[in-house]
Amino acid sequence: MKTDIILAGVGGQGILSIASIIGDAAINENLFLKQAETHGMSQRGGAVQSHLRISDSEIAADLIPMGKADLILSVEPMEALRYLPFLSPEGYVVTNTTPFVNIPNYPDVDAVLAEIKKQPRFVAIDADKIAAEIGNKRASNVVMLGAATPFLNIEPEKIEAGIAHIFSRKGEAVVEMNRKAFKAGLDFAMANK
Amino acid sequence: MQKNLFLGVEAIGQGAIDGGISGVYAYPGTPSTEITEFIQESEQAVEKGIRSKWSANEKTAYEAALGMSYAGKRCMVCMKHVGLNVAADAFINSAITGINGGMVLTVADDPSMHSSQNEQDSRFYGKFAMIPILEPSNQQEAYDMVREGFELSEKLEVPVMVRITTRLAHSRAGVIRSEVLAENDMVLPSDPSQFVLLPAIARRRYKGLLEKQELFEKTAKKSKYNTYTKGEDKSFGIIACGIAYNYLKENYPKDDCPYTILKLSQYPVPQKFLDKMAKHCEEVLVLEEGYPVVEEHIKAVFKKDIQVSGRLSGALPRDGELNADLVGKALGKETQLGADVPELVVNRPPALCQGCGHQDMYKSLNEALDKYTKGRVFSDIGCYTLGALPPYKSIYSCVDMGASVTMAKGAADAGLIPAVAVIGDSTFTHSGITGLLDAVNDEANIIVVISDNESVSMTGGQESSALGKIESICTGVGVDPNHIRVLTPLKKYHDLMVETFEEEIAYEGVSVIVFRRECIQAAAKRLRKEKKMKDNPTK
Repeated sequence: MKTDIILAGVGGQGILSIASIIGDAAINENLFLKQAETHGMSQRGGAVQSHLRISDSEIAADLIPMGKADLILSVEPMEALRYLPFLSPEGYVVTNTTPFVNIPNYPDVDAVLAEIKKQPRFVAIDADKIAAEIGNKRASNVVMLGAATPFLNIEPEKIEAGIAHIFSRKGEAVVEMNRKAFKAGLDFAMANK
Repeated sequence: MQKNLFLGVEAIGQGAIDGGISGVYAYPGTPSTEITEFIQESEQAVEKGIRSKWSANEKTAYEAALGMSYAGKRCMVCMKHVGLNVAADAFINSAITGINGGMVLTVADDPSMHSSQNEQDSRFYGKFAMIPILEPSNQQEAYDMVREGFELSEKLEVPVMVRITTRLAHSRAGVIRSEVLAENDMVLPSDPSQFVLLPAIARRRYKGLLEKQELFEKTAKKSKYNTYTKGEDKSFGIIACGIAYNYLKENYPKDDCPYTILKLSQYPVPQKFLDKMAKHCEEVLVLEEGYPVVEEHIKAVFKKDIQVSGRLSGALPRDGELNADLVGKALGKETQLGADVPELVVNRPPALCQGCGHQDMYKSLNEALDKYTKGRVFSDIGCYTLGALPPYKSIYSCVDMGASVTMAKGAADAGLIPAVAVIGDSTFTHSGITGLLDAVNDEANIIVVISDNESVSMTGGQESSALGKIESICTGVGVDPNHIRVLTPLKKYHDLMVETFEEEIAYEGVSVIVFRRECIQAAAKRLRKEKKMKDNPTK
């Protein structure tokens, strides 16, 4: 078993929290894991990515080779497209449809979504809207985590346990809200993959 | 045993704590910052009383670490590659003084310049100083090498360099810890002249360092981190240095590489391995992150007998970080590309945060300088360097820490008036003070803008050595107190800021204008912490 994931977004959008929840679940499953992330200057409103590799045998490189990613998980639609050269021909794109517009020349959103729909396998989900319906806009990254879970090769219950573990310090109400966000994303992906 | 999910930098921090350090010394710099942060936040380190505050710059950090080693205790000093330029004087000489307590210098290089001005290779510096270098190939080795590095340093009686690159620094993997070693007792050097580099003593010590080179090489030959695996296919040999070994392995997932492989993680390069390679291989490919250090070395050793390829030969790109694809290509493997990036995807460059005080400072600076020709503002290294990009396009230089003040002075000496320097608070205490002193002594006609956001923000908001000290430093250096102006960079003070610029431009001499407003990221972090304290005062 081996899952190579590109996590994409803009600095400050919470992709490292997604990575740490998946990482927590993977380590508890005694899987091998490597996760390379972006620090420093490019964090300030710039595009950020994290390479997350999970396997039941030892992993060599910290970076995923071109054309080998099983999944691009993006919390913003244009960023999902930036990493297409990494995606394997059998891979999935799972992306949030709400754009993060912090540049004056952000392309037409419909055109961006049309490009995503051209991909052979994708899940496009309005995670911001779903998170708002649940009652916390900031949980949209956990909605995205839920939407990605069918492609992780880790059982959803284990990821849920990771959520409980990571958010436990913030109290039961926060854990419950994130659980709900996770379930909503998971249900959407199962129905729309 | 329990695996800890550690970033490479965290593995190094933990390795140092478990290796028995009594202190860590550093100035923040990506990708090395989190080593010190990890130690600062470690409960284990706090309990042990490990010294971990930030230093004013890499040179002061290095010298303080050397002092701790002088007193017999183990210590680590960390920096990024360009930081080693700042500490180079102390570093090179420390190879000659040698150490007393074990000393590890961890340097994080940044090939591809993810957040740096160049991609220099610290292995050159290690070779220049003639000390052993350890270059981990993964996070576990990073932990082990640092932990064991102190003993190695004490055995060889010199500082030991651990060199990593960005990718290993900022990638997480499972790391298994070993037993925690005790701190050394304080003990002064047994040879009272060891640290006195007067010419006569320095000559003797230098000869000693030269004599030790053979021992260093022998130690590297025996090192468990260097492995030589003879391959069946004689056409090719591969030397894989540090993290490049990962990229090689990625290309042979079934461990079925037919070629001879030298995994090189401890330097100096042992000649015996090269002799073996010369017998087994017709061609040698060098995989190394950074400069062609090993490639140049073995080219000279093999002369024309064996073909050598790598970054110099063009088998690999001369610049930028390596990856499995580039290594695969050098090995003649086909790479599989995914789909192309659609044309509509645009770049998203880093930018100043919305609401940042630097923005208001640049707006007023632009307006004040509008009536002059462009190209009068020299900048420095920090968040405010982003003022070079649109929409501000305010600054015209970013060279090295402190160069804003001194370059503005030089340009003013040449007749460029007004000449303005923009420098951050932390950079000012790192390397700006001495330049300001030069400007005062020379009565230079410059304006030094200190954009003070009360933290080292670009690297994540570490405590600035300048906090609460800027005006007194400027006065102490000799700037006329009437021309040390302090302003708050807020939209509502825009006109006042422009006026102040105009007044100081009109003054012939050194002016300092301090724009002071807390970094908004630091402020948000502080408010969250304060709220947490209020909600739960017991924690």
